[in-house]
Amino acid sequence: MRIPLSWLREYVPVPADATAEDVMADLVRVGFEEEDVHRPLDELSGPLVVGEVLEMVPEPQKNGKTINWCQVRVVPEGQEQTLSGEGIDPSGVQGIVCGAHNFQVGDKVVVTLPGAVLPGDFRITPRQTYGHLSAGMIASARELGLGEDHDGIIVLSSLGFSPENGNDPEPGTDVYDLLHLRDEAAEINVTADRSYAFSIRGVGREYAHATGLPFTDPASLVTAPEPNGQGHPVRLEDERPIYGVPGCDRFVTRTVTGIDPNRPTPPWMAQRLRLAGMRSISLAVDISNYVMWELGQPLHFYDAAKLQGPIVVRRAAEGETLTTLDGKSRTLSAEDLLITDDRGPIGLAGVMGGGETEVSESTTTIVIESAHFDPVSMGRTRRRHRLPSEASKRNERGVDWEIADEAAERAVQLLVELAGGTADAGITEVGTRPEPSVIELPASYPGARMGIEYTEDQIETTLRDLGATVERGTAPCAGHPDAGPAGTVFTVTAPTWRHDLEIRDDLVEEIARLIGYDQIPSTLPVAPPGRGLTREQAARRRVVQGLADAGLTEVLAYPFVSEAQNRFFGSATADEGAAQRMVHLANPISAEFGYLRTSLLPGLLDIARRNHSRGFRDLALYESGLVFLPGEQLGSATIPPLGARPADEVLADLEAGIPDQPRHLAAVLTGHDSAPGAGHQPGTYDWQDALGAALDAAAILGVDLRVAQGSHQAFHPGRTAELRLAGPAGSDGATDADGTVIGVAGELLPSWLEDADLPARTVAMELDLDALIAAAEDVVVARPISTFPLTSQDVALVVADDVVAGDVLETLREGAGELLEDIRLFDVYSGQGVEDGHQSLAFSLRFRAPDRTLTADEASAARTAATELAARRHGAVQR
Amino acid sequence: MTETPQSDANGPEISPADETAVHAAVEQALEAFAAAADLDELKAARLAHTGEKAPLTLANRGIGKLAKDQKAVAGKLMGGARKSMERALAARTEVLEAEHAARMLVEETVDVTTAVRRRRVGARHPLSVLQERVSDIFIGMGWEIAEGPELESEWYNFDALNFKPDHPAREMQDTFFVDPAESHLLLRTQTSPVQMRAMLERGVPVYVLSPGRTFRTDELDATHTPVFHQFEGLAVDKGLTMADLRGTLEYFARQMFGPEATIRLRSNFFPFTEPSAEMDIWHPGAKGGPQWIEWGGCGMVHPNVLRAAGLDPEIYSGFAFGMGVERTLMFRNEVLDMRDMIEGDVRFSQHFGMEI
Repeated sequence: MRIPLSWLREYVPVPADATAEDVMADLVRVGFEEEDVHRPLDELSGPLVVGEVLEMVPEPQKNGKTINWCQVRVVPEGQEQTLSGEGIDPSGVQGIVCGAHNFQVGDKVVVTLPGAVLPGDFRITPRQTYGHLSAGMIASARELGLGEDHDGIIVLSSLGFSPENGNDPEPGTDVYDLLHLRDEAAEINVTADRSYAFSIRGVGREYAHATGLPFTDPASLVTAPEPNGQGHPVRLEDERPIYGVPGCDRFVTRTVTGIDPNRPTPPWMAQRLRLAGMRSISLAVDISNYVMWELGQPLHFYDAAKLQGPIVVRRAAEGETLTTLDGKSRTLSAEDLLITDDRGPIGLAGVMGGGETEVSESTTTIVIESAHFDPVSMGRTRRRHRLPSEASKRNERGVDWEIADEAAERAVQLLVELAGGTADAGITEVGTRPEPSVIELPASYPGARMGIEYTEDQIETTLRDLGATVERGTAPCAGHPDAGPAGTVFTVTAPTWRHDLEIRDDLVEEIARLIGYDQIPSTLPVAPPGRGLTREQAARRRVVQGLADAGLTEVLAYPFVSEAQNRFFGSATADEGAAQRMVHLANPISAEFGYLRTSLLPGLLDIARRNHSRGFRDLALYESGLVFLPGEQLGSATIPPLGARPADEVLADLEAGIPDQPRHLAAVLTGHDSAPGAGHQPGTYDWQDALGAALDAAAILGVDLRVAQGSHQAFHPGRTAELRLAGPAGSDGATDADGTVIGVAGELLPSWLEDADLPARTVAMELDLDALIAAAEDVVVARPISTFPLTSQDVALVVADDVVAGDVLETLREGAGELLEDIRLFDVYSGQGVEDGHQSLAFSLRFRAPDRTLTADEASAARTAATELAARRHGAVQR
Repeated sequence: MTETPQSDANGPEISPADETAVHAAVEQALEAFAAAADLDELKAARLAHTGEKAPLTLANRGIGKLAKDQKAVAGKLMGGARKSMERALAARTEVLEAEHAARMLVEETVDVTTAVRRRRVGARHPLSVLQERVSDIFIGMGWEIAEGPELESEWYNFDALNFKPDHPAREMQDTFFVDPAESHLLLRTQTSPVQMRAMLERGVPVYVLSPGRTFRTDELDATHTPVFHQFEGLAVDKGLTMADLRGTLEYFARQMFGPEATIRLRSNFFPFTEPSAEMDIWHPGAKGGPQWIEWGGCGMVHPNVLRAAGLDPEIYSGFAFGMGVERTLMFRNEVLDMRDMIEGDVRFSQHFGMEI
């Protein structure tokens, strides 16, 4: 909302030396946000004066153009030039070359003298052109920054300055004052609840609150005559109110006849509108915008000659069409509120008028519509047809329903005064205005909410300043528990322009705001003793920190992926072949990446590619984040209303419709594990590093992850590890048989890496961090430490190539029994001495008893038991 | 013994009773020890003067052949000679070993600037670390950390927070909706849905902070990102006032920005708080000098929000506040371009190390 200072000054005595910045700072104190300052003088300076064209000699040029060599008097006749400077003629007559032709000898024009600077840092200097020394410029509106039209130069008579009007300016008159160019505007941001502040009236009141200066309500300066039913007839026929609220509850029509369509918009009005951010279009349209800006009431003007029969306000029939002012044909919804006449729709009520009844250059009789519409209906129509306008902005936020007749009267006055019209005596008003909200406010309540002592007088005065009606009473105060058994209760009737004041807390904000938020004291509440981080939160922090400690760099990828990415990467934990469900966004930023990730890997790999392209070849990246795994039910068909706790079943249904969002942990590694250097050969990341990152995460939480050969379409079929939690012990004693799969690690599929423009041999892992944390023991039971001596035994077993080492290791562990303290695979060998198609696996076994020194025989017996079980299960032969 | 005595040390045969000759030989040995420049030379001198074939060694063996009365004299003489040589040898050994050790240290000198890091150094993302830091401040005040889903039901994100179905406020937050629209699911536009979950799950009194990811349909540029982070605080208890809100925010501001930091409240509008305020922080260390910086929104919890959680606004009151994590990092750590924080360039995180 832009506020031209001259306009504000009509209703509040703004200090003469106040700038737009000052006004903005005052408004910020009462809760507005500062946006900008609009000040023509920032771009316009130097001598700008009225000139009288004494001579103009057309001179055709070789380039086909004709220029006018003009002599222009820039001082009153018979006077000397008082200005001085290069190019300023002491005689008071300037020779100026002008390319425009829309003027003649005797016209009064705007002359920018040498020394003037125009918008765009356009400096006026005397210059040699077309064979003359041109000392100045005859200015167009665009050159002065006053509009886009470039029909030619400004002829002051076309702005209404003429001897007939008694305001013909003398040559030399200062143009800044004449065209109101010294005015400036403050622009503030208005929050969605404060519709009243979209007017000079509303902002003026707030400025008065902020400064303590007196405020004159512009509405109080207008007295609307009583309706007599003699105006243009109107019927309100809303058969489908939204939420039971009629689409229109007040509609006033006034008629002005005998309008002179050739009258220009006076410069003071045009300049205020321009500063307000609106283009000057025609006098009638400008008047309607002017009244809207001043009072906040959107108006619509109809050409009375084009109206056919009475105005009827009704809902559209589904599929009905209307051509709006912008020339577009719109197909209407049954919810759209329409203005119609005998021919059908002539406007989308409160949002945009139709072309057929529009005021034009030949309009002489105008019917003024000043109406109050339902904000919800307005908002829906504006959104449906994407028709934001200054009118819809106000109507959908709510307009003061009491001001319709005064706004119409103000428009009538301006049409009479400026457009030469005559007010018709007929005034029609239909509809039933809403009731203002009445709020009971215990006097103790504002203080109890704000932690500050407000006196009853402070409260009452503040609310009256707002425009509310306040009655003071005494009643048992059922309200706030801190209030006494009885106390003063104010009965507050909210001003009709303050639709946002509905409950007593709204009044508390107003009182606090106007008395000052800076008055609020500071106290630190003491929370009940807390529990710190939850176990899950603490565990997550440790894992995420642990991977950074292990040399990986944390990144945070967007969760938006393509359908193909989700299909390819699936989820680290999803069953192979299960139909992949995923969440699709209705309005994604990019249509291609319109899905929510089911895996962290696509995002991580994108980031890896970006880093790679920026010259970082050695990367170890990880992310901890949510993935989105929808189940059978996606969302809920209905949502409960606001302001009440939904029943447990309703909450359960909402919860059931929200897709699972487990937190995953993923890593991508490529290149070297460290930088090469003098005396240091770095390693290259391979599948073991990816697996290692997953196992590190598990180890941090003390979880024993089981590694097995895995398969995942995004991974190298021969270099993929499946990560399982240890399952419950089965009948055969094996504990990992049915453990849940919680992750995958290995080398990514080589062909995909190539297609995706990622380095070969890039490795990755992903696991369900929530599941991992859940698997961690709540309380770790300590193991007794045996101090008896260690007995080590090595064993080499020959098994077929397709036997997995991890399986053999687990078998040995199982077969060796309780005396086995640890087992480790230390070599894998095939070649000379080992049968073709076989491999030799060398294990180191450590035995120790808790209560005695083991004999060599006991250790050997345990080893034998282990190898025998391996022989039975895997056909292992001791080497 | 395999050592071969050096020929030049072998003098003429000495009688163990010849005091002059013995003293001369000892003197010769001591001179040789003193002249040894390093441990190898000392070893050679030792062998020459105390080795198997050294004159004094041989002389010592000759004691047995002496007359009985000479044996005692010779034994004493030879014993003295051995002691002198052993002492001298030990002293010289100590000196030469010390010299050797000192020389070794010099010789082993390396150019430490040639060192390479053999282990990669990782880094947390500053946005994550900042969220943890903020969480820790509130945990220190006895608050708890509450979390919720990023993909939310519309009810939790809007209706429960008193956003009326047709109110323009719903449009203030450009929302990502899930297809189909009838699912009433969306990516949360704020961490405030966690408020409602915290109240429903924990009951009152409740003092929680909820950090997390939020989403709005902004295109990525230097100051906007469609995916960002917020932290939001909520306290609901009996008798809480806006003064308590101010006190909490001031305490928090001082923890984050130092003892001179303070806050300023300006009236604003949010559907879920009434009264509502915009919060500015006085940032003493701001680039370009101390100044007010817009930090977030706050206010007293709207009665309808309490009702949606099944709480009676006649009994309970509360306050809530929320700030952007990216914004905080930007002005606290002088991050100039939003994209640096979200593109995942390793240089951004690694520069911060593990600290914020």
